[in-house]
Amino acid sequence: MQFQARIDVKHLPGIADPQGATVQRSLPALGYTNVSEVHIGKLIRLVLDAPDEVAARVQVVEMCERLLANPVIEAYEIEIIELAPNT
Amino acid sequence: MSARVAVIVFPGTNCELDVMHVLEQLGGAPELVFHTETSLGGADAVVVPGGFAHGDYLRTGALARFSPVMAAVGEHAAGGGPVVGICNGFQVLTEAGLLPGALQKNAGLKFLCATVECRVDSTRSVLTAGAAPGAVLRLPINHFEGNYICDAATLDQLRADDRIVLRYVDNPNGALDDIAGICSEQGNVVGLMPHPERASDAVLGSADGVVLLQSLLDAATARSAAA
Repeated sequence: MQFQARIDVKHLPGIADPQGATVQRSLPALGYTNVSEVHIGKLIRLVLDAPDEVAARVQVVEMCERLLANPVIEAYEIEIIELAPNT
Repeated sequence: MSARVAVIVFPGTNCELDVMHVLEQLGGAPELVFHTETSLGGADAVVVPGGFAHGDYLRTGALARFSPVMAAVGEHAAGGGPVVGICNGFQVLTEAGLLPGALQKNAGLKFLCATVECRVDSTRSVLTAGAAPGAVLRLPINHFEGNYICDAATLDQLRADDRIVLRYVDNPNGALDDIAGICSEQGNVVGLMPHPERASDAVLGSADGVVLLQSLLDAATARSAAA
């Protein structure tokens, strides 16, 4: 079966997010004075074959731990979506 | 015999020739070692120079740690061999787990290119052994991700073990505890954001980096003699 994984990589709480902070400071200049938080992270999308959703998730977690995120500064959230078969 | 130093080259590394030049000037025998190699060819020490290894894609140093040569660098480090990572090389060594912590984007989101003052706060590393404790060195920095971070327990450990080798006198990038460079438990693996190779001649504005690279060569020579 084929799955799409969407991996949201974000800063750990307490880790500075200078990009988010800079964008947050610039939004009021456009009139958006009601924005209290901006966070900028990474969205990684990948497609993989796996026997089932659990197996797909296990493998994506491993990818995150080994490469896709740096646990010292980043956290991640994984969403797995089953793709319709190509028929 | 001259100390043999492997200078690692990833796609995107761009400071390797500067490092080669200075090590040669100081009487060392540096050799370029491409990232696809699986051996360091018997080198006594390793320098991972600055640049943008693998384009800095994903995160700085994240892909470089999986280059074949990094297994050999890890073995060399585990055996007590001197390894120094400069700038992007420091980022590679943290991603590879040879040094703790990480380098995040500079506070203020500015790329920094300046000569800054760094204080030698520990001489128990292969890079600072020959420097005077407390000496202030003028060294160029050239980075976007130089803001050192680690968890509180790691910072306590680094302080307790006297492993913070260089601190910024006037913190330019937000680095935790003004950290410009740290070393491993044994002192044989060192990472630093400033570029000592670019402060190697008065004509460059500073020769303060020489004492650091000379220390590395001395450590390499000692290792060669002991082998």
